[in-house]
Amino acid sequence: MNDENKPVEVPEELLNQVAVTSMGELASQSFIDKAYNWGRRNSVWPVFFGLACCAIEMIATASSRYDFSRFGMEVMRASPRQADLLIISGTVTKKMLPQIIRLYNQMPEPKYVLAMGACASGGGPFKEGYNVVSGIDKFLPVDVYVPGCPPTPQALIHGLMKLQEKIDSQSIKEVSWYDKENRGDPIPMPVLGPDLMDPRDFSANGKAKE
Amino acid sequence: MSEQIAAAPVDLISLFPDQVKADERVGYEGFMVEPKALVKVVVALRDELGYDYLSSVTAADYIDDHKIEVVYHFFKSTGGTNLTLSTQVSREKAVVPTLMHEFPSMELQEREVYDMFGVEFTGHPDLRRVLLWDGFEGFPLRKDYKEAYFTAEKKPFTNRWPEGHITRAEDATPYKKNVVYPDNLKPFEEYDPSVENLLYSGMKNFLPEDQRELNTEPVMVNFGPQHPSTHGVFRMAAILDGETVMALKPVMGYLHRNHEKIGERNTYLGNIPFTDRLDYISSMANNFAYVVAVEKLMGPRVQIPERAEYLRVIMSELTRIVNHTWAIGFLLNDLGAFFTPALYAMIERELILDIFEATAGSRMMCNYYRFGGVSRDIPEDAMAKLKGLVYERLPRKIDELDIYLSENEIIRERTEGVGILSPEEAIAYGASGPVLRASGVPYDIRRAEPYGIYDQFDFDVAVRYHGDTYDRYVIRLDEVRQSLRILQQALKTIPEGPVLLKNPYNVRVPAGEAYGRAEAPKGELGFYLVSDGTANPFRYHVRSPSFINLTSLEKMSLGLKIADVFAILGSLDIVLGEVDR
Ligand code: SF4
Repeated sequence: MNDENKPVEVPEELLNQVAVTSMGELASQSFIDKAYNWGRRNSVWPVFFGLACCAIEMIATASSRYDFSRFGMEVMRASPRQADLLIISGTVTKKMLPQIIRLYNQMPEPKYVLAMGACASGGGPFKEGYNVVSGIDKFLPVDVYVPGCPPTPQALIHGLMKLQEKIDSQSIKEVSWYDKENRGDPIPMPVLGPDLMDPRDFSANGKAKE
Repeated sequence: MSEQIAAAPVDLISLFPDQVKADERVGYEGFMVEPKALVKVVVALRDELGYDYLSSVTAADYIDDHKIEVVYHFFKSTGGTNLTLSTQVSREKAVVPTLMHEFPSMELQEREVYDMFGVEFTGHPDLRRVLLWDGFEGFPLRKDYKEAYFTAEKKPFTNRWPEGHITRAEDATPYKKNVVYPDNLKPFEEYDPSVENLLYSGMKNFLPEDQRELNTEPVMVNFGPQHPSTHGVFRMAAILDGETVMALKPVMGYLHRNHEKIGERNTYLGNIPFTDRLDYISSMANNFAYVVAVEKLMGPRVQIPERAEYLRVIMSELTRIVNHTWAIGFLLNDLGAFFTPALYAMIERELILDIFEATAGSRMMCNYYRFGGVSRDIPEDAMAKLKGLVYERLPRKIDELDIYLSENEIIRERTEGVGILSPEEAIAYGASGPVLRASGVPYDIRRAEPYGIYDQFDFDVAVRYHGDTYDRYVIRLDEVRQSLRILQQALKTIPEGPVLLKNPYNVRVPAGEAYGRAEAPKGELGFYLVSDGTANPFRYHVRSPSFINLTSLEKMSLGLKIADVFAILGSLDIVLGEVDR
């Protein structure tokens, strides 16, 4: 490569098949990011984890008519340790919340959370309920929200594509999971007492923290 | 059938003149029993009067009278309408004898009443909370329990739209201020994160040591709530000896969404979309059961156009097909045929959902039935598609499933003779729907207490006689074939005309109580409604078939291998939205 800045002509049939870069790009890391993200965005493995009605539409999205394996996502893992994406597909109840947080804490980085449907995003139709957590974002960092009750499979796929866009925008230099200082602690486990108890609230009051 | 009801009061009151009296409140029917005499009366009902199927128990909090009323709904397993038995206790000291020893179907339901109302059932061996967790503060369905976001008693909430702009509940009660803890709470000291000791201690005395074959160490295993074979967030705690199940307890409530509490604040019409979310695979059938119950309460003044009656039946039977093919697909998942049969089932589901979407506007949550009709007519082209499905494609596809699966050796080996439920047990455990009929009890509400226009169609009640997992699988194929028969007749004779005479935005129903039920794909879906004459139900209870069918899970699983439990669970076909509500 003599001229670093001159774009290389790629024959049409090879578009999307080869990666073209320059020394400059290589040096500036953006090629590494591209390769890193290209690999990650096309193999997002969700946890095989259904919560409520939205889970049925999630399964429909996995099935042949909508087929999210076109995006490299068909490998739904029942174990969180093998997964990259937690789709919160339904109503988050107080009784279930500790389990969800445990699942999330068990997932290896990089990990993403997609809140599917009205319930996971903000409590949905059951928001008033005494056992309902109004949105998983009170506890987990959510990357993509998909509205709907339930979102159609098309909407879910759109959300997954948005997630891919988010992955594309990340840089290996800045991502938190390679940052030794700020790698982030596991989410503290809420406890079921007389009502749901979030350890983060109680430590603020100077009370015991697990 | 009217003679049966007419005959019953005389019998029961003359049998127990001092302890039983007729319920004389306006709009109520049935009998009022003294709590002390309850067991005696129930035994007489079962053994002498033939009311052998105790379908549901629930309670209602009559806070103005300082009473909690526990309500039982009895049926005859040969058909007919319900007999209601209620007993009143004071709110402060709510104690009722358990009926679990007479009717094992009460096990989980009495726990639910305890959980929601704080009614103690004396003699119940395992009275713990079932939907919430042990240690939860308060009894949510009592009328003086207010939830975190509580703003007003009844919907529509006028305070959400003062002067035309919206205020949100979170603005009034911000998150984190919305839970009330007792004053002297010492978090994480008093409340051990593993509040499960009650569950495990209940399972300790499973089998005396001298009856075990080998002196092995039993292990405690938990499945779920996150497990690929539990069909959602269902959990089982089991004690295993090797691979043999020695004790097993279902643990539920991980999807308890407070359906009933929210339903008591909604208007009658506003509850229809909520019923969609009960058994979310068959939303149309849930709608049907609910409108049947409300129309029963409204009395004969509701007029339903003929075409709407047909559409109700058509949609409900299509739902049954969706549900059963889905259930078969996922049963095979549990048996190890991972996802291929389920994918086949989903193709048919998608085709039917297209028709739902064209008609009701939504794929899954159809919100289609209305009091006095259905919300929209089916469009022409959807009708043409539907005819193609019903007359050609679906019969062929069901035969295909049958050919590929029913004689498959692995399926037969895994399911035949596994998890047997005898007819007597099925009735005693309150099983309903395909589970009951696979045990040799030909009980189908479409025949036993016809609703809608089911009495105009020619179909057989599918029944199988072994009561094992295989029969619970085959009966679903049988039922789909019967549904197709009904659909073929209905599509031939459906008349033209309106589908809804008057849009009932805000129905008021006369004061009283009603128990309406329908044959949902999973079994008897019943709604118990108490009206105080306003636009919102005073009490709204769902008798959910998935929940009650789980009562017999332990009975069927004991002594089998743990892998069989998943086959049994798959054949029960539960949906957690309905189990936990
Ligand atoms: S958003 Fe709607 S469909 Fe999804 S879980 Fe909540 S209620 Fe069910």
